Amino acid sequence: MSFGILYDASMCIGCKQCEQACASENGLPYDNAIGDQNYTSAYKYTTVLTKADKFMRRLCMNCEDPACASVCPVGALKKTALGPVTYDKHKCMGCRYCMAACPFSVPKYEWGKAIPGVRKCIMCASRVASGKPTACAEICPTGATKFGDREELLKEARKRVQDNPGTYLHHIYGEMEVGGTSVLLLSSLDFQQFGYREDLTERALPMYTYQVLSRIPDFVPIFGVLLGGVYWITHRREDVAEAEAQEKHAEEKGGVQ
Amino acid sequence: MTAPKVRFTFWKAVFLVIMAAGVYATWVRFRHGLGASTNLSDQFPWGLWIGFDVMCGVMLAAGGFTLTAAVEILNIKRWHSILRPTILTAFLGYVLVCAALMYDLGLPWNIWHPLAMRNPHSVMFEVAWCVMLYTTVLALEFSPIVLERLGWKWALRAVRRLMIVFVILGVILSTLHQSSLGTLYMIMPNKLHAFWYSPLLPVFFYISSMAVGLAMIIFESSMSSKYFHRELELPILRDIGRVLYIVLVIYAMLKFEDFYHRGVLAQIFQSSYEQRFFLLEIFLSVILPLVLLSFRKIRNSAHGLYLAAVICLLGFVTNRLNVTITGVENAVGGRYSPKWTEVVITAMFVALGFAIFAVAAHHFPIFPEGKAHKPTLRKRANVRALIPEMLHAEN
Repeated sequence: MSFGILYDASMCIGCKQCEQACASENGLPYDNAIGDQNYTSAYKYTTVLTKADKFMRRLCMNCEDPACASVCPVGALKKTALGPVTYDKHKCMGCRYCMAACPFSVPKYEWGKAIPGVRKCIMCASRVASGKPTACAEICPTGATKFGDREELLKEARKRVQDNPGTYLHHIYGEMEVGGTSVLLLSSLDFQQFGYREDLTERALPMYTYQVLSRIPDFVPIFGVLLGGVYWITHRREDVAEAEAQEKHAEEKGGVQ
Repeated sequence: MTAPKVRFTFWKAVFLVIMAAGVYATWVRFRHGLGASTNLSDQFPWGLWIGFDVMCGVMLAAGGFTLTAAVEILNIKRWHSILRPTILTAFLGYVLVCAALMYDLGLPWNIWHPLAMRNPHSVMFEVAWCVMLYTTVLALEFSPIVLERLGWKWALRAVRRLMIVFVILGVILSTLHQSSLGTLYMIMPNKLHAFWYSPLLPVFFYISSMAVGLAMIIFESSMSSKYFHRELELPILRDIGRVLYIVLVIYAMLKFEDFYHRGVLAQIFQSSYEQRFFLLEIFLSVILPLVLLSFRKIRNSAHGLYLAAVICLLGFVTNRLNVTITGVENAVGGRYSPKWTEVVITAMFVALGFAIFAVAAHHFPIFPEGKAHKPTLRKRANVRALIPEMLHAEN
């Protein structure tokens, strides 16, 4: 079973208790100044954005087939079977390819530290592993952030959209984007207004590189044999020319005698 | 560029200033971290150090595999005399790339991790392995020069016998990682601008690395002839110039086909931030060198070849910087320009490259016998003379 989060903007009251719960769960400081920051950073993994009277959360989407985990050369980022995309600083070497590759620009870096790491929402992996909901879902007073089985949440999201066509856009963000994400979003306002890209492909991003990388095992022996063959031909030609010249030389000598 | 003799020259002074600034910048980087020493941010996790030191560093060292393939595999014997300096350039390039990477990595002491922790789905994993193996191969390709000097006959024979294996390995590894530096960006279809994001990106990186490898051979030979007062191997450089012309034509045709099929041609004529950088890149990397090399007088003259090669190098450096920086700026919403510390570190590695080449050329038999360099003949490098000569080459 793979878990997920369903965030329904129409139920959100913008109380930011999810931000606070997230901070305390991850041992991060939280005060009014941090609450006012309308962006995520290495020190704030989720934020509630406000547009007029509408809200929208930003957090790691915990993709079904995440670009970050696919590009990580040491496997520090991993998609777990339960849903969360986790990070292991002990493996990380700090190449920051995950940050460059993420279509949602989620992973953040501890730029100020001499021994930095990547920081992002990991969907409360240890809580989820012990059967508890994420901190943000647990604290949410209105049920706008709901934790559960992704398939169930998806069904519920579809039902909500179908039953209230006026309330929601006909779009469950995260259902199809980059092959689907564990976090699903419902909104009445264009997602783009909150910085969510609407032009994302529905293909899982790792497939773009895999279609190139998967050719390497075939390429290496074929190209190797080809190069060896060319080497053999070019040098053989030389040997033959030399042998022929010697023969000719010998013949000429013989002719004179 | 710096003569090992204790004499104070202009370039030595420049070198010392850069090194002093570099040492200070190194302290800032490792004492205070990436935030204090770079303009990198959550929006721009990659900047000058990846864009130039790594992307361009690997590209500029591509002469090694290009020339070894031509001489050892295609058996083009008359190019043999420029093999050693080219391998030295390539080897130095890769060593410096690895050193520069230590500055960019957030946790550089973990650089060995890809050896122990596998993720075969990661392009970076593949690049890490290829670069590491190829640096080893280059060391082996360079080793006969050291072994000759040491007089270790047994080892020398073993290496010479295995040389073709090293060469073939080197060409395969280079093909893989030169193209893979482009594949790194394949996973960003929604981030990299359409001028640069293409399914052919790995192919463009590979072909351009060959063009740059050839241009670097011309550049390095010209510099060596200038500063070591060696006879210029003009007939070879003319050949190289012709091959460069062909590679550039192939690159240009593929680029056109790619733009045509992806429907991007019209964007070339629409004014935009990316368009200006793209035009700069394409003029320098392809159009200007092709125009220059079309004139027989230019392509047969030492200065003309030098000029075309330098312009071509600048063009492809622009290309790599466009892919890493210009092409993603609008997608992430911001502009990046390097901090002084980033520029200084980059300058330090370029300066080190020149200096180590000069020292190595002084101590090892890099250049062919017969025309062996005589240190006593070394004269003070006259740099200012180079510029007017370059200008004259156009006429």
